[in-house]
Amino acid sequence: MDLTYTAEEEDFRARLRAWLQRVLPKLPPRPAPDDWPGRRAYDLGWQRMLYDAGYAGLHWPVDAGGQGATPTQHLIYLEETERAGAPYVGANFVGLLHAGPTIAAVGTADQRARWLPPVLRGDEVWCQGFSEPDAGSDLASLRTRAVRDGDAYVVSGTKIWTSHAEVADWCELLVRTDPDAPKHRGISWLAMPMDAPGVTVRPLRTLAGSTEFAEMFLDEVRVPVANRVGAEHDGWRVTMVTLSFERGTAFVGEVVACRRTLGQLAAEARKNGRWDDPVLRRRLGRLSAEFGALWRLTQWNVSEAQHQRTGGVPGTGGSVFKLRYSHARQELYDTAAAVLGPDSLDLAREWNLDRLSALSYTIAAGTSQIQRDIVAERILGLPKGR
Amino acid sequence: MDFQLTDDQRALRAGVREMLRRRFGREALRAAAAPGDAAAPGLAAGDAEPALDRGLWRELGAAGFFSLRLPESEGGAELGLPEAVLVFEEAGRVLLPGPLVATHLAAGEVPGAASGETVVTEVSRGLVPWLNAADVVRRDEAAEGGVVRVAGAVPVRSVDPTTPLHRVPEATGPGTSPVGPLLTAAEQLGSAARTCEMAVQYAKEREQFGQPIGAFQAVKHLCAQMLVRAEVARGAVYAAAVTGDVREIAAAALLADEAAVDNARDCLQVYGGMGFTWEADVHLHLKRAWLRAELGWSAGEAEEMLAAAL
Ligand SMILES: Cc1cc2nc3c(=O)[nH]c(=O)nc-3n(C[C@H](O)[C@H](O)[C@H](O)COP(=O)(O)OP(=O)(O)OC[C@H]3O[C@@H](n4cnc5c(N)ncnc54)[C@H](O)[C@@H]3O)c2cc1C
Repeated sequence: MDLTYTAEEEDFRARLRAWLQRVLPKLPPRPAPDDWPGRRAYDLGWQRMLYDAGYAGLHWPVDAGGQGATPTQHLIYLEETERAGAPYVGANFVGLLHAGPTIAAVGTADQRARWLPPVLRGDEVWCQGFSEPDAGSDLASLRTRAVRDGDAYVVSGTKIWTSHAEVADWCELLVRTDPDAPKHRGISWLAMPMDAPGVTVRPLRTLAGSTEFAEMFLDEVRVPVANRVGAEHDGWRVTMVTLSFERGTAFVGEVVACRRTLGQLAAEARKNGRWDDPVLRRRLGRLSAEFGALWRLTQWNVSEAQHQRTGGVPGTGGSVFKLRYSHARQELYDTAAAVLGPDSLDLAREWNLDRLSALSYTIAAGTSQIQRDIVAERILGLPKGR
Repeated sequence: MDFQLTDDQRALRAGVREMLRRRFGREALRAAAAPGDAAAPGLAAGDAEPALDRGLWRELGAAGFFSLRLPESEGGAELGLPEAVLVFEEAGRVLLPGPLVATHLAAGEVPGAASGETVVTEVSRGLVPWLNAADVVRRDEAAEGGVVRVAGAVPVRSVDPTTPLHRVPEATGPGTSPVGPLLTAAEQLGSAARTCEMAVQYAKEREQFGQPIGAFQAVKHLCAQMLVRAEVARGAVYAAAVTGDVREIAAAALLADEAAVDNARDCLQVYGGMGFTWEADVHLHLKRAWLRAELGWSAGEAEEMLAAAL
């Protein structure tokens, strides 16, 4: 068990740090939460800077245009960018963490050449069209239909909770291509251009007040068969190959950020006098243990991935992490509210919007209940049942 | 960075597990709890005190339980805290009885401790575990040099049938060395992982309503939460062993105490009525977890220590 970084890793860190120091001051001001064109431009601009500096697709394989970095280097990258206050992956999330890796793992040479470089360069944004009004946790029951018509699929149905749909160029879409097969068997994975005729996006307002996701109506949208990644009807497996990425390293930077927030909360409590409350102090101390342990657990998972050369954190270890982290994050911002007292009711104050958005963590990317099922069935080997 | 067990560490863990399986299996644990089997309610306190197996203690000494961190010139293996933590985790899994941590801490200072000839215990929070079995009591503030028997000790009816307790007049706090709390946290981790396994095993075998109870989501989710607690505590305990940082040790103790106690509670729930029996081992885990948590840093102390550093 070694928690020190090698000379090579430290060198990687030092170069990254120096680069961040140089480029971050040149970033434009952050756009407002509801300024979607602004957000798209900002997130893509950042991706382009990463690309030019050779940091784009750090953890992607080299033959997919990535840097082939080790899981540890990726961890260092996430830690340092967060520490330096660099932009979050934002609108590039699906492209870099899910659709991209899926295409890299399963796509043909042509498909990789068409879709991967624009993601890395910061030219194109992807969104994820999986969930439907009647298919959430039970994703495999999805009903959006794709009927073959010559060299295209004709797609009709409704998707929901599609993050970044308003600004996306492409959608990784799960559709039912065989309505008669068992539910996991008749699904295919399509890359759908968002400007195709028949695609209507209706933004949905979240409880935080902004429009983070959307409903997507698909009315006889023609998607070329050439846009299918993986075999026909094999979309479920194609998706699962890379779903672990979403649960694995997606939150690394956030853990670093949460630890910084904790320090800021302590400073605020000392300033406003609530530090004298031992109950609050203990809550903060407990969170410090919690986030310290989550950071260590991350290092553990990353080291494990490094040994297995999986290129990502194994999905099951990711589930253990996500379960604990999503609840810890909610507790962090509830504690922030305790630090702020009546000011926690003022949305203009720091942390209060974060408290609202933290509420999605136990729901998005698989609810806590579903994560517990995964842990119980896939790690502990408990039987499926009621 | 490579935060995984090395091959040597894996081998060490496997070796200790095998030795304990041979030398301290379930029968030995039940034998250790046996005096309590006979103890009728109202029996005079201390009448049914379990005996410490001195033969086993010497074997533990020979296996390096107490000496493993000492230099080779003193008969040690020159191993570090991570190795010690792995060994104590195994001890915690099987509920190995005796003042293991105190004797380990005394190795190199108290003659015979390293080899397992001398049994060393210590005062903590006005209580002394294994007073009658011990040769040396440390941190006895009234005593000369801290190495003589405690005067005025009164037997306590210990909640843990496998750990006898005495109360002493002076109220000593927990020790100041963070190594004790770290090794105790390792024992708690071992217990937490074990009760998770026990619950999962039981949930796969016990059937109700025509299916294994582990197929019921309410049971399944208890088990999942147990694993999460144990794995989060594991990250904290192992990292604290690597860094030796006192605050990381406080965090590890906090999370491991919680994992051990809460996992034993959840295991008890999964066992149903069987969990409430003397016969099942669940209560032994719960009671030992309570005892370890009480004699170490309290949650409040650990949390205040961590808060102060923010
Ligand atoms: C902020 C945010 C962003 C999102 N972004 C996207 C996106 O970009 N693309 C996309 O496709 N989806 C996205 N989602 C959707 C997300 O994946 C789903 O919300 C999630 O999978 C839950 O599905 P649901 O909302 O239909 O809830 P339901 O499945 O209806 O669940 C409702 C409740 O029932 C419980 N439940 C359901 N099934 C079970 C069961 N078997 N056992 C026990 N309890 C159960 C759930 O845990 C939950 O508490 C996003 C969601 C959020 C909140």
